[in-house]
Amino acid sequence: MGPFQRLGRSALGVLERLGRGHLFLLRTLLAMGTLVRRPGLLLREIYSVGVLSLLIIAVSGLFVGMVLGYQGYITLVDFGAAEALGTVVALSLVRELGPVVTALLFAGRAGSALTAEIGLMKATEQLSSMEMMAVDPYKRVIAPRFLAGVISLPLLAAIFSAVGVAGGYFIGVGVLGVDAGAYWSQMQASVDFHEDVMNGVIKSMVFGVVAAWIAVFEGYDATPTSEGVSRATTRTVVHTALAILALDFILTGLMFGDI
Amino acid sequence: MPRCWEWLDRTRTAREHSRCLTTRPPFKPRTRTIDASPDKTPWIEIRDLHFARGDRKIFDGLNITIPQGQVTAIMGPSGTGKTTLLRLIGGQLRPDHGQVLVEGRDVHRLSRRELYRLRRRMGMLFQSGALLTDLNVFDNVAFPIRENTRLPEPLVRNLVLMKLEAVGLRGAVSLMPSELSGGMARRVALARAIALDPLLMMYDEPFTGLDPITMGVIVSLIRRLNDALGMTSIVVSHDVAEAGSIADWVYLISEGRVVDAGPPEQLRREASDWSRQFLEGLPDGPVPFHYPAPDYLDDLMGGDTR
Ligand SMILES: Nc1ncnc2c1ncn2[C@@H]1O[C@H](COP(=O)(O)OP(=O)(O)OP(=O)(O)O)[C@@H](O)[C@H]1O
Ligand SMILES: [Mg+2]
Repeated sequence: MGPFQRLGRSALGVLERLGRGHLFLLRTLLAMGTLVRRPGLLLREIYSVGVLSLLIIAVSGLFVGMVLGYQGYITLVDFGAAEALGTVVALSLVRELGPVVTALLFAGRAGSALTAEIGLMKATEQLSSMEMMAVDPYKRVIAPRFLAGVISLPLLAAIFSAVGVAGGYFIGVGVLGVDAGAYWSQMQASVDFHEDVMNGVIKSMVFGVVAAWIAVFEGYDATPTSEGVSRATTRTVVHTALAILALDFILTGLMFGDI
Repeated sequence: MPRCWEWLDRTRTAREHSRCLTTRPPFKPRTRTIDASPDKTPWIEIRDLHFARGDRKIFDGLNITIPQGQVTAIMGPSGTGKTTLLRLIGGQLRPDHGQVLVEGRDVHRLSRRELYRLRRRMGMLFQSGALLTDLNVFDNVAFPIRENTRLPEPLVRNLVLMKLEAVGLRGAVSLMPSELSGGMARRVALARAIALDPLLMMYDEPFTGLDPITMGVIVSLIRRLNDALGMTSIVVSHDVAEAGSIADWVYLISEGRVVDAGPPEQLRREASDWSRQFLEGLPDGPVPFHYPAPDYLDDLMGGDTR
C-alpha cells in the first residue's frame, strides 16, 4: 500500500467514525424521551457522574484560585493596583479556567469512567442481552449517562469558579493583606453578568455536550475486548482534552472578538 | 394452557403458582414419529440464509424450520455459527441474503418498535450469561419484568422468587454477579431469560459449566418449561447426549449448511458419516477439527510469513 493509499484509507476511517459518532448522537437524543418518564435513571447517573466528581473539582478549584491569588498579586502590586485582585481572579476563573479546567478534569474523572463502564458492558454482552430483553440500551444506558454529563459539567464549572474565588480571597486577603472590601467591590463592579458569567456558562455547556458525547460514544464504539476498552478510555481523555482546547479557542474568539 | 402469571392474577397463592414450574411430574422422553421435516406449524422459518463475517462465510444457504411448541436442538462443531444464528433470529445481526421468518414475518424487515415488541416474547440465555454486573441477582431477574411491564412490586417479587426457585437459587437473591460461580451465573441468567414467560426461548449452550445434578435439573426444566408453558425452544449445544435427550428435533449444521436433521433417535440410528462422527465424538472423519488454516508444516517452518 502506497503512502497516498494509506492516507486515503485513514482519512476515510476518520470520516466514517465521525459519521457514526453523529448518528450515535442523533439516536441518543431521540432516546431522551424516556428520561422524562423515568427521572430516577437520570438522577442515579448525575450522582455517579456529577456528585462523585465534586471533591476533585472543589479541591482543584481551591488550588487554582490560590495560585491566581499569588500570581495576580505579584503582577498587580507593581502597578499599585492590588485592590483589583478580586477582578483578576474572578475574571480568569469565570471566563476561562472554570469551564476549561473543569472540562479537562471531568474528562479524566467522569468521562474515562463512563467510557470504561459502557465499553465493559459491551464486552461482557450486557448491552446485547438488554437488547434481547427488549430494553433499548440507548434509552436505558446511553441517554441517562449522556444527559447527566451535559447537566453536571456546567454545575461543576460554577462550583469550581466559586471555590476558586474563595481560594483567591484566602490568599489575597488572608495572607497577602489586600483589603477585603476592595476585593469584593472591585469584583462586583467589573465582572459583567452577560459578558463574563453567561459566556462562561455557555462555554461550559458546550464543553459538557462534547465531553459527554465523546465519553459515551467511545464506550459504545469500543472494540469489545479488554484491550479495546483500555484504548477507548485513553482516547476519551485525549480527544476530549483536544476538543475542549480547540473549542475554547474558537468560542473565545467568537465571544470576545468584537470587544 | 394458562401462563404462570395469569394463574397468579387469579389470586392463587404463590406456592400453588410455583407448582407449575417446580412440581410437575418428572419428564418422560416421548417417542413420536416425525417425518423428514417437523410436521407441526412452523414458528420460525429460516430460508436460504447467507451471512459472512468479513471474507469468512458463516452461513451459505441455511434452511431451518422450528416447529411451534417443540424443543429443537441445533448442534454443530464449535465455530460453525450457532451463536450467530441465534443473533440473526433475534434481529441483532442482519443476513446478507435470505430471510428469517418468525410467525411468518421477516424479522429483518420489522421496524425498531415492532422488533422490540417481538423480542418481548423471546427469551435468550447467553452463552456467557451476560448478567448486569451492577445489579444483584434479584434485580437482574427483575430487570426484564420491571422494564417491560408495570406489575406492582410485590408481584414482581413473587415472580422473581419463583423463577429463582426453579433454578435452585432462591437463596442467592442478594448476591452480586461477581460473587457467583460460573454455573450459578448461568442459572441466574436462565431465570432472567424466562422471567417474562416468553413464547420462544433460545438457549445458547445451556449445559456447559454445570455439575451433573444441576445439569439434570436444568435439562428437565427446559423440557418442562416448554411443555407447561407452551413455549417453543431452541437449544444450541454441542452436548450430544443432553441435547438429544430433550429435543424433539435435531439439526446438525456445519460449514454454513444443515448436514443432517431429524428426531434424535432416528439420527442416532441412521446417521450419515458426518453425523455419526459428530454424534459419537470420533476425532477423525469428514468433520475438520481445525479452524481453516494454512498447511501445518508450512506454518511451522515459517514458510509463509505474514
Ligand atoms: N464479532 C465477530 N467478528 C468476527 N467474526 C466473528 C465474530 N463473532 C464470531 N465470529 C466468527 O463467526 C464464527 C461463528 O461464531 P459463533 O460464535 O456463532 O460460533 P458457535 O457455533 O457459537 O461456536 P461455539 O460452539 O464455540 O460457541 C466463528 O468462526 C467466529 O470466528
Ligand atoms: Mg456459541
